[in-house]
Amino acid sequence: MSEKVLMKGNEALAEGAIRAGCRFFAGYPITPQNEVPEYMSWRQEEVGGAFVQAESEIAAVNMLYGAAATGTRSMTSSSSPGISLKQEGISYLAGADMPCLIANIMRGGPGLGNIAGAQGDYIQATRGGGNGDYRLIVLAPFSVHELANFPKKAFELAEKYRMPAMILADGILGQMMEGMSFDFDPVEPAALKPACWSIGGARAEGKKRNMVYSYALGEGELEKMVLKRADKYALIERDEVIYEERFTEDAEILVVAYGISARASIEAINIARKKGIKVGLLRPITLWPFPTKRIKELSSKVKCILCPEMSLGQMIVDVKLAVDGKVPVYLHARPGAFFPVAEDIAVAIESALTGKKEQLFDLESLADKATLGCHQPENKPSKEGALL
Amino acid sequence: MYQGVRISGFGGQGVVSAGVLLAQAGLVEGKAVSWYPSYGPEMRGGTANCSVVITDTEVATPVVALPDTAIIMNEPSLPKFEPLVKKGGLLIINSSLVKTKATRTDIKVVYVPCSEIAEKVGSLKTANLVALGTFAGLTGAISIDAIASAMKKVFKRAKPEALALNRKALEEGAKIK
Amino acid sequence: MNPITHKPKSLVDISTHYCPGCGHSVVHRLIGEVIDELGIQNRTVIVAPVGCAVFADKYFDCDSIQGPHGRGPAIATGIKRAKPDSIVFSYQGDGDLASIGMAEIIHAAARGEKITVIFINNAIYGMTGGQMAPTTLVGQPATTCPKGRNPDLQGYPINVSEMLSQLKSPKYIERVSVDSAPNVIKAKKAIKKAFQNQVDNVGFSFVEVLSICPTNWGVEPIKALDFLREKMMPQYPLGVFKDEGKTQEGK
Repeated sequence: MSEKVLMKGNEALAEGAIRAGCRFFAGYPITPQNEVPEYMSWRQEEVGGAFVQAESEIAAVNMLYGAAATGTRSMTSSSSPGISLKQEGISYLAGADMPCLIANIMRGGPGLGNIAGAQGDYIQATRGGGNGDYRLIVLAPFSVHELANFPKKAFELAEKYRMPAMILADGILGQMMEGMSFDFDPVEPAALKPACWSIGGARAEGKKRNMVYSYALGEGELEKMVLKRADKYALIERDEVIYEERFTEDAEILVVAYGISARASIEAINIARKKGIKVGLLRPITLWPFPTKRIKELSSKVKCILCPEMSLGQMIVDVKLAVDGKVPVYLHARPGAFFPVAEDIAVAIESALTGKKEQLFDLESLADKATLGCHQPENKPSKEGALL
Repeated sequence: MYQGVRISGFGGQGVVSAGVLLAQAGLVEGKAVSWYPSYGPEMRGGTANCSVVITDTEVATPVVALPDTAIIMNEPSLPKFEPLVKKGGLLIINSSLVKTKATRTDIKVVYVPCSEIAEKVGSLKTANLVALGTFAGLTGAISIDAIASAMKKVFKRAKPEALALNRKALEEGAKIK
Repeated sequence: MNPITHKPKSLVDISTHYCPGCGHSVVHRLIGEVIDELGIQNRTVIVAPVGCAVFADKYFDCDSIQGPHGRGPAIATGIKRAKPDSIVFSYQGDGDLASIGMAEIIHAAARGEKITVIFINNAIYGMTGGQMAPTTLVGQPATTCPKGRNPDLQGYPINVSEMLSQLKSPKYIERVSVDSAPNVIKAKKAIKKAFQNQVDNVGFSFVEVLSICPTNWGVEPIKALDFLREKMMPQYPLGVFKDEGKTQEGK
């Protein structure tokens, strides 16, 4: 346990990874995650690790693949468009069962989008993201403190199940400073148990070679390989779900929000509670595995559920799957990389309970007003929402 | 206690570092704090701003949409943030650079000739600290001592003379009512 | 009977999937002999590509990793930086290295990664069935340029060794061929030097090997060798493009 200090999210993430024993980092500049490679460039040198500024995100993730295969705790970070580029390597990492850490400090999309914090990559992160049938362990911090402490958790889970783990944060968390501390003593890599599957170490006489690969071309081989992976996915879904609950004991309406949206939701819940509305929060901390079971339980106790998201509604898909139609699930959407305004979410909470539509995102009523036109949204900067 | 602050001005006026200082000072006093900057293209040559939250409990949103206090260091920041200040809130305007007057009557508006005071103190660079001093004096959200002690953490390489000068700027700012 | 030669210890005793006449088998053997002679089998890692040599990882009895198309030099970078004592070589074909992986090879070379790259240039995509490669010769037919490569449409072939030798960081760049016994011997010397350089921590070492693809060229192996000598060599002259290594071994 260290003293509480003021630290920027991205730097806390980098330092957290170093303290978790990360000794290899490869990355490529992209806003709003630049502080991660910047910090790593001098810090890895200090601790005797390796840092490479790659020529592209694609190269960076493949360097990660090589380094992870040596059994070294290895990491890359990027932001949304860069994470899309990394999907090739992430798919290989998953297919070769390589533990490693990938951080996505999300920004607005699609395309170049903007550089403000956003949550548009939830589906990409929780469904794998690249080609093929696979999952990533996805941790969603909501504070600088969690950004600093989740890398250790991520590495441990990744190694336990031999698969890549992702920290899914956003530009606001990456750029903000907060008082934070480390909840763990620095990990000495030499003290970690060496991986029996790793390559590049001195191979003892008579010991079999290690092979890292993601192919299985023989008849029926690939299915066997994928099903074996499904076994561990099942264990993870059973054993590794993490979430936080607030005020759920007496809640009539449940807010489900993750990451930075959960913070705006907490403020909104405080506003609504002062008005006497019984509203609770469930904050998924692991996005995969998702707290499906707990949301299902809570859905039998509440009248409805509200999902505030900085997207057109991605996490809500998992919430709806968990609820299975038992109660209505509403969306409050800020898809343009606007930080949700707590007051607006508070209005959305009231709307959801009273059947109003204010601050609720509803495709049906959108369709009533929508026109196809030239099918090109106006590209004027909006003045709505919180100025970032 | 909850204070959501927005500090805005030209890049180079120290608005971002004033915010860091404020957050660090809050931490010194054992408060929960957050700091969030504007970043990216808008930082290149234009106006920079940051959000600071100081509270006794827990910082929910780090992006201060509706500030309790806005510190306006340059002209373009006034129309941007004056409308957002919470009713009953505080608007501190650097009158050395901002010639326009605020129009709202439901908030407290204080005009501080930050640059002039800073020059009198001995360094124009301390204009941001004059404004922080005024903020500390008027809101009581933070003490001058806490800011002074935060300076040692934020400006690690500053010489004792510079720190003394900074403290003077804070104190001068705090005199303004 | 007294055997006059053996399978190298560092090659696995299984038959390969390569077509009859293919140059990969020859180069595999040369690399295997070099690994044996340098005594580095227990710390060597092969980075296998996507392409005909995708299963090269199965054939070498050393640690291996098979990666995405063209990314070998990036993967090798990760391994070498994480484990500087390992001997890492990326084995790549011309589609892998000179097309989709061009950025990775240039930047690994420019960073001066202390790795070895063996580049097999047979002027065609083999595994996918004979499509045009960046190294396909002008006029040479391929399934995606059935009338032959037309410089107006597809430009001219890329001479990778010449291009990489413009960079300051690489220490050793040579182009060899496996079309004849004397050239195979020279090729082995070059490969050995490229590995010795890594043992000596010299720097980025690169060997381009001109090779044949009878299957996708659609000619018999003997004729393919003629094609290599008559058509490929004028476009891709053999020789040392860069040699700034400290080592004299294998020269």
